Order: sequence, then C-alpha cells, then structure tokens
Amino acid sequence: MELVEAIILAVLAASTPLLIAATGELVTERSGVLNLGVEGMMIVGAACGFAGAWLTGSIFIGALFGMVAGALMSLIFALMALGLAVNQVATGLALTILGVGISGLIGAGFLGERITPAVHLYIPVLTDIPLIGRVLFGEDGFVYFSVALIVGVWWFLYRTRAGLILRACGDNHVSAHALGYPVLRIRTFAVMFGGACAGLAGAYLPLAYTPFFIPGMTAGRGWIALALVVFSSWRPGRLVVGAYLFGAVTILQLHAQGWGVGIPSQFMSALPYLATVLVLVLLSRARSGGSTAPAALGTVFVPDR
Amino acid sequence: MRKSLLALTAGLLLAGSLGAASAADKLKVGFVYVGPIGDLGWTYQHDLGRQALVKELGDKIETTYLENVPEGPDAERSIEQLVRAGNKLIFTTSFGYMDSTLKVAKKYPNVHFEHATGYKRNPNMSTYSAKWYQGRYIQGLIAAKMSKSGVLGYIGSFPIPEVVSGINATMLAAQTINPNIKVKIIWANTWFDPGKEADAAKALIDQGADVIMQHTDSPAAMQIAGERGKLAFGQDSEMIKFGPKTQLTSILDTWGPYYIERVKAELAGTWKSENTWGGLDSHMFAMAPYTNMPDDVKKMAEDAQAAITAGKLHPFKCPIVGQDGKPVECKGGDHLDDGQILGMNFYVKGIDDKLPGK
Repeated sequence: MELVEAIILAVLAASTPLLIAATGELVTERSGVLNLGVEGMMIVGAACGFAGAWLTGSIFIGALFGMVAGALMSLIFALMALGLAVNQVATGLALTILGVGISGLIGAGFLGERITPAVHLYIPVLTDIPLIGRVLFGEDGFVYFSVALIVGVWWFLYRTRAGLILRACGDNHVSAHALGYPVLRIRTFAVMFGGACAGLAGAYLPLAYTPFFIPGMTAGRGWIALALVVFSSWRPGRLVVGAYLFGAVTILQLHAQGWGVGIPSQFMSALPYLATVLVLVLLSRARSGGSTAPAALGTVFVPDR
Repeated sequence: MRKSLLALTAGLLLAGSLGAASAADKLKVGFVYVGPIGDLGWTYQHDLGRQALVKELGDKIETTYLENVPEGPDAERSIEQLVRAGNKLIFTTSFGYMDSTLKVAKKYPNVHFEHATGYKRNPNMSTYSAKWYQGRYIQGLIAAKMSKSGVLGYIGSFPIPEVVSGINATMLAAQTINPNIKVKIIWANTWFDPGKEADAAKALIDQGADVIMQHTDSPAAMQIAGERGKLAFGQDSEMIKFGPKTQLTSILDTWGPYYIERVKAELAGTWKSENTWGGLDSHMFAMAPYTNMPDDVKKMAEDAQAAITAGKLHPFKCPIVGQDGKPVECKGGDHLDDGQILGMNFYVKGIDDKLPGK
C-alpha cells in the first residue's frame, strides 16, 4: 500500500511541470500561435525562479520571478512572430536556443547553491489517511495550482465570451479581425500567458523537484509539453489525462526496472511518445481525416488597415 | 611604387609575425567540453583541472576552452577552430569526440591531441582515463556495511563497459561483507536529467534500497536520499553540500596533475602519444572524505584505499564468477586484465538482473 502511495506521489510530482507548461501552450495555440520555444522559456523560468527564491528566501517570490521571466521571454517571441510577422516555427526554435544561453548566464552566479524546497501541505488527520491522505492533502502548492490552472483555463475557453473570442482568433483570424477584434493584441496576451506558465513550470523544477539549479535541468520537458498539447487534441480535459499518463509511464518504467521486469528500459522510456503517435492516428481516423488543430495555427496574420 | 608597396606589405607581415611570435612564446592549450563548466560534475571537474594547470604554469601557457560542444560533426569544427587559433595541445574531454579528434589529428600532424576515455590513438593523439572501478570497489565495501536493508540502489546511465564494471566492482566488494547483499539497478538512459535521476532515486528507495549509488551526473539523487533519511555516494565531484548528512564519499575526478604533467612534457618537447589509464596510485581520481559513517567503517575504507593504491588489492581478483555460475577466464594472472575490464559486458554472480542487450 505504501508503495502504491509513493508511486502516485511521484507521478503527481513528475506530471506537474508538464501539465503547467502544456496548459500555457494550449492557450497560446488555441489563439492560433505556435510557440515552439517552451523549453527555452522553461529553462529561463528555472534559472530566474531559483535566483528569486535564493535572493529572497521565498518560494512564492521565486515562482513569481519564474513566471515574469517566462512572460518576458515570450514577449520577445510576440514581438518577432506577431509584431514583425516572422515565421513562428523559426522564432520559437530560436527562442529555445536563446533561453538555454540566457539561463546559463543567469544561473552561473548560483551554481552549487541550494534552497529549502517548497513545503508540502500538512493537515492533521486528513494528511495521515492511508493511501489517499498525502496524495490529496500533502502536496506542495504547485500541484494544487496546476489543477486550479487547468480547470480555470477550461472554464475560460468554453464558458466565457473572452475565451470564445480567443478561440475565434485561432480558428479564423480574418473573420475575427473583420468582426473588430484586435487579433494581434489577443494573441500577444495568449503568448504571454503561455510564457508565464512555461516559466512557472520551469521554476517548479529548482523550487520543488530538485532544489538546486544546473544549466539544462529542464532536460527536454518543454518538448514533451508541446507533444502533450497535440496529444490532447487541444482540449483541456484530455490534456490532464495526457500529462498524468506521461508522468505515470515515466515513473512506472523506473519501478519496472527496479523490479527486474524484462522489458528494455529504452523501450519503456519511449512509450509516452509512442502513445502520442498512436493517439494522433486514432484521432485522425475517428474524425475521418479532419484535423482537430486550431485552423489558423501557426499562420502569420498581418491586419489590413 | 609597386616594389615599395611590396616592401611595406612584407614589413607589415614581418611585424605581424613578430607580434604573433611574442604571443606564441606562450604555449596555447585548448580544451573541448561536452557540458557547461557549471554542470557541477564531469565538465566542472575538467575545468578545475584546467584551472590547476593555469595556476601551475600560467606564465608559460595560455588556455582556451569551448563548452557545450555537442558530440558529432560540431565537435570536429570546434577542434579545428582551436587548431587554427594556434593551440598546440588540445584536450577533448568526452568519449563521443573520439572519431572527430582522430580526424583532426590526422589533418594536423604538428598539433598534439589528448582524448579522454577513448581507445583510438595516433602518433600525435594520446588517450587518458581513470580506473574509477577502484573507487567503486571502496564504495561497495562501505555500502554493504552501512545498508540496514541489505538492498543497494544503483542508478546507471547507459549499459556501457565503464558503468557495468563499476556495478560489478561494487557488488564484488559488497559480497565480501554481506554475501546475500542485493542490488537494484535502474537505467536512466541519460547522463544528465536531474528530474529523472531524482525519480529513479525515489523509485529505488520506495523499493527498499537504503544506500543510493549513481553513475549519472547531477546531485539530484543525493538530495532525494537526504530527504528520505537514506545514504548516498556522490559522482565525479564533491557533492557534500547537497547532502551534508547523506554523502558517504564520492569519486572525484582530479585531472589537474595529469594536465600539468602533459603540458610540462609538451613544453620540454618530450610529449609522446601514450595511453594513460591511471588509478588511485597515479592520482587520476581521488576519494572525497569518508563522512557519515562510524569510525570502523571509515578505517576499513581507508585501509582498502591504501591497499588498492599500493597494488596489494585488485577489485577484479580472480576467480570472478559470472551470472551463469561459471568462472570468467582470468587473462591478467591473478586478476582480470585491462582489456577485460575495459570491455566488460557481463554481470557477476549475485546480481539478480539482466544486463540490457544480453
């Protein structure tokens, strides 16, 4: 029983950065912008988040630093890809390379330093319930926030007028523009929301997961977040399932190795990606070829004035 | 007019070369790193070696380093760039630079190259590495003494001979203390991913391991072990800061003495292509202080270290029994020879796991 609880706890922790980053990218992409720079924004968020927490001694301020840093990074993307209508794929990739460099520079001053990681909730009695106690009432703040975030995004996208307008920009920016909506401004906000989420997801790593900063510590999680958005076919509900599935496979393959299950570890490491491909195939078959992506995703929009 | 222009050009060239000559009085030494110098592990230790070199011979040499150089075609370009910048001795510090280094070495026979952890050489290309398995043996002794559950947790990077020989050396040592000791092995399939290394450490501890050892590069596993009140060994560098109550010891890559020796040879004109595979006796690596253990365990570790250094104790002393229960051929007299260790692709008896790819 204890092992099951330990596994669930590890899965939640491993899934949280993926869920936060992917939620941000989902909103960005629903507005019609493809920002491939998630990895770069995450690693800058990790560096700044650690710097903030180390300087102030507060995890909360560290998280804020991470969010602001991610949002600023995404603002560079917005200036290039929206303001100057540069190719979004190229800009996003450049943003990742830039982010890796900047984070190394910022992090150089904090090498080998350590902080006290984010505290876990503890409610007497409730947290002590076997199996589910620590899972439900013993997490750190990031985990609860990630759940609130995805619920909030779902509510925003499907239950508010602003969400409807944002989705309209993503599906047909010409029509949205014709109706008088400021497409580029809306997209800029969506991009910055995505950047802030990526920054927070990055900050989660040094603030709660492994409380130190090392260049490159995001180790590809930004790319997994991008894959997750595709996996979810741009829907918040499926995104939650996908994020926890990815986290579960990551953790379970480690346990399987410890138990000595005779499946090659390389194959198990590749499972989440195979699952993504499988889901894509199934979705496209189920929809008889129709794409589920926002129709204007990744296309440049220059308003005629 | 034309003549005077030529003379002027020649004069300028001469002046230029004179200027270059005064700068070239200092030997230029280049380093190629696979990671950032701030990785607190592999590359960090190589850079400490370079800093030791500068401290010792700084008035005679000038060093340059390139960090974060990916293995592959980029490496070749980077090494060649160092050659063109006038470096006469170039250290390439990752296994994956092997073929790139050889290619550039063949192209520039007057420049000397040193490749870490590889096996391909050239008249102007040496190789160097360390017998880390000696340190793993000492760790195995400590781990078996300190483990209450009798289960060790081992985080591997990739199932290559260097890592496999480390696991075997650990277990051979541990079995001399506790014949029934168990080891759980998790392959991270990466050298560096702090999150994944932390997950692997959690999984090992959740499955009953109480001493964590790693062949991956970040201090993440050490921190997890500390959080859970378990013990761990560092990797490559001093990690006590990340586990003041956790780290038992750590194998420290100390490249400084080797770099100084090789650069002195280059300065004296006695540099030769060599294959250096040094152990504790030649200071290619060192053990971090033995901490968080009782005095008798500490003494045992120090004695073992002294015996290995003196050549009285060999971690792969025959007979070595494989997983199939059959003794392994003993090519080195009373121990396995270097070739068998460098190409090790089997687990010893007592490891209840299957070596990937076997």
